[in-house]
Amino acid sequence: MTTLSALPVHSLFARLEPLLAQVSKPIQYVGGEHNSVVKDWNAADVRWCLSYPDAYEVGQPNQGVAILYEILNERDWILAERTYSVWPDMEARMREAGVPQFTLDAHRPVGMFDALGVSFSTELGYTNLLTIVDLAGMALHAADRVDGDPLVIAGGHAAFNPEPIADFIDVAVLGDGEEAALLISDIIREWKQDGREGGRDGLLLRLASTGAFYVPRFYDVDYLDDGRIQRVAPNRPGVPFQVRKHTLMDLDQWPYPKKPIVPMAETVHERYSVEIFRGCTRGCRFCQAGMITRPVRERNIETIGAMVEGGLRATGLEEVGLLSLSSADHSEIGEVTKQLADRYEGSQVSLSLPSTRVDAFNIDLANELSRNGRRSGLTFAPEGGSERMRKVINKMVTEDDLINTVATAFSSGWRQVKLYFMCGLPTETDEDVLAIADMARRVIETGRKAAGTRDIRCTVSIGGFVPKAHTPFQWASQASAETIHNRLMLLRDAIRQDRNYGKAIGLRYHDGEPGIIEGLLSRGDRRVGRVIERVWREGGKFDGWSEHFSYERWTTAAAEELAQFGIDLDWYTVREREYEEVLPWDHLDAGLDRDWLWEDWQDALDEREVEDCRWTPCYDCGVCPQMSTDIQIGPTGKTLLPLTVVKPSLA
Amino acid sequence: MPPGTTLPGVAQRQPPVQQAPPAQRLRLRYSKLGPARFTSHRDFGRALERALRRAQVPMAYSSGFSPHPRISYANAAPTSAASEAEYVELALAEVCDPQKIAAALNEVLPHGFEIRDVAEARREPLGELLQASDWVIALADAQPGVLADAASALLERGEYVVERMTKNGLRSFDVRSAIVSLTVPDAETLALRSRHQTPLVRPDDVVTALRGLDDRVPPRALLTRLAQGPLTDSGIGDPLRD
Repeated sequence: MTTLSALPVHSLFARLEPLLAQVSKPIQYVGGEHNSVVKDWNAADVRWCLSYPDAYEVGQPNQGVAILYEILNERDWILAERTYSVWPDMEARMREAGVPQFTLDAHRPVGMFDALGVSFSTELGYTNLLTIVDLAGMALHAADRVDGDPLVIAGGHAAFNPEPIADFIDVAVLGDGEEAALLISDIIREWKQDGREGGRDGLLLRLASTGAFYVPRFYDVDYLDDGRIQRVAPNRPGVPFQVRKHTLMDLDQWPYPKKPIVPMAETVHERYSVEIFRGCTRGCRFCQAGMITRPVRERNIETIGAMVEGGLRATGLEEVGLLSLSSADHSEIGEVTKQLADRYEGSQVSLSLPSTRVDAFNIDLANELSRNGRRSGLTFAPEGGSERMRKVINKMVTEDDLINTVATAFSSGWRQVKLYFMCGLPTETDEDVLAIADMARRVIETGRKAAGTRDIRCTVSIGGFVPKAHTPFQWASQASAETIHNRLMLLRDAIRQDRNYGKAIGLRYHDGEPGIIEGLLSRGDRRVGRVIERVWREGGKFDGWSEHFSYERWTTAAAEELAQFGIDLDWYTVREREYEEVLPWDHLDAGLDRDWLWEDWQDALDEREVEDCRWTPCYDCGVCPQMSTDIQIGPTGKTLLPLTVVKPSLA
Repeated sequence: MPPGTTLPGVAQRQPPVQQAPPAQRLRLRYSKLGPARFTSHRDFGRALERALRRAQVPMAYSSGFSPHPRISYANAAPTSAASEAEYVELALAEVCDPQKIAAALNEVLPHGFEIRDVAEARREPLGELLQASDWVIALADAQPGVLADAASALLERGEYVVERMTKNGLRSFDVRSAIVSLTVPDAETLALRSRHQTPLVRPDDVVTALRGLDDRVPPRALLTRLAQGPLTDSGIGDPLRD
């Protein structure tokens, strides 16, 4: 652990080291973190480089990369290392010195690996993908890559519409990565054993023919004269018309991450996270995650307890996050929180539950998790300001629910609530957004009564809505940046002008411009790839960071690159789509029945709500029959397994 | 309203638990080598706290709403400098065998950090015992004679001021007054013994000074601290025992 052994084979460290003293926060580039793994290069049959295309401080905590890193490295024939985006100061030094994109673990050149797996939680990482590929010494376009180059494999939620990056990736994987990454590894190993039959295309064909991996280059897209897509079809035999998503069915069999890497550099989340379930059937119509991760699959209380204990021991972290898309909906969440709170009472371990459900039960959970007396802030997400708006988005919570919840919170000692909203939702009017101010006023009024003090706050956090693929809103018109801006200013003024409550209400918002580019990238097709490449060539990078994002660079590139097709930025964003239009991702199967999505979109316009299928009959979204899956929920009635506490003898 | 009073009807915040005083204080010398030299002192702080929990060391905690393990850091080497002699003091809630603590930590510390020595704390604060450091400054590709000439020129000065950008803006440092000795073991290496004064002169400030006197001195130096401790006539003493 402490002996400095000889450098691993293919290590670039000697060339890297002189650069490190010249850049900011060099620690993010050196690896060597607790629980990181350096394996023998020559003993591995398949070698993965995993990446999250943002800076280490954002990418390192990513749960997907952490899970795959462990699962792959547990196999003796697979090796997995990590790489992240380097900051511009480091990129400049690397280009000067001719040092390629390298991994953190053994400082090996990314270009030597068999596969470069890139996890996209947001489309704003696309320009960083190009930097990584380019710095790795590979051709930007998949079509120009040669045998020996890694396969560039995209995963994560954004990979459910990978068309904008179709030119730059070799493969996209939809859905859960655990089994998919192992299946890819198997296929690569077999292909190597078969003498790399057919070269690079031979390997891609083996992957594509399973129907479980999307190879964009094996599909052609035809367009109509008006710019819409005519059809997307395979361009060679053995490649299926549709590609399906992966669904991991027994989370208790896959309790990862067990021992995640403990960063030495500071990162955005420094906690041990346990995903307590995957999937969500609340049916919020704006929520891509809820739609594409169905059905609900819970981890049971025993597994959760074992993961928390093992994870804390393996990392030395003190914070535990119980993650999911709506954690309070776990069928045994009451027992999970109570028993964990009992187990760790009196220790320095703190538990957190991202709580987005608005009901009194949530307050009980929050109270359990804050037994040590720290009751600072609670967060709720009504998402829409007016009752009407919440019916459109299927967020089934009434204003009275919220007010009652808040009253309970304030009378149990909480002093601040944070409310999340979206602006620019389909059918939204100025009045819907101004209703947010009314709601915040009622929160403060109720809170002051319930708490018996004026010392309470409500923070309204609001972001622009971006329609996403595979949701009922995939056909919707996105609100323009100007519309969002105007509504936010109306809301700001309404709050400021309130003499009674205005000072107790904080407003946090983002401008609408990055949302428009996110909208272009999330519902874009292959023609958008030209825009991404152009922006990148003009210096675009780190688009998720306001100091690097340039709206003008994006709009100029979009105008100039899309004109030849007779379309523009608005065509992709503010234009509403019709039922008949072929959407760029229609050949990618998230399990959702297209007609159900369309009906749900019509229900949204009619302000009709749909119940959660966990507690009411199935409404035929299509996922379970299509994917041969089923909802898996408890309660199991189990309890936390007793701990065997072995204290080391240090006296 | 005076602190501590509450309005009727307001839920009481629970008062923070008062923690017991530490049962034992240990001082540790540790090394920071290889990739670990790129950690900042804050990075090391986080890594140490987590290693202490993994090793299940019974730390004493501070009192208050967010109790922290009681760790005192002293005079950390700058980011990118290697060191054989960094010091930290731990306050423990139970009396432990210092050697066992060192061994347990070495099992779980990240690559590049190693506890090299441990002793129970003496009365004098650690910071007061760390009066001077011995540094090796490696300047690859320095031409023969350049470092020797530049070092003699610097030592002849009564004062030599350099500037460095700090968090609080551009600051001036008199390099000469901090130098106890500066020798040239070989053409590409300097051996520096420097006094810890306020503001602290770092070995890279000495390199800046040498470059000011002779621009043939290479700009990039690899810094390694060999020792720090009380400054005596015979050299630098052991701050854990002398």
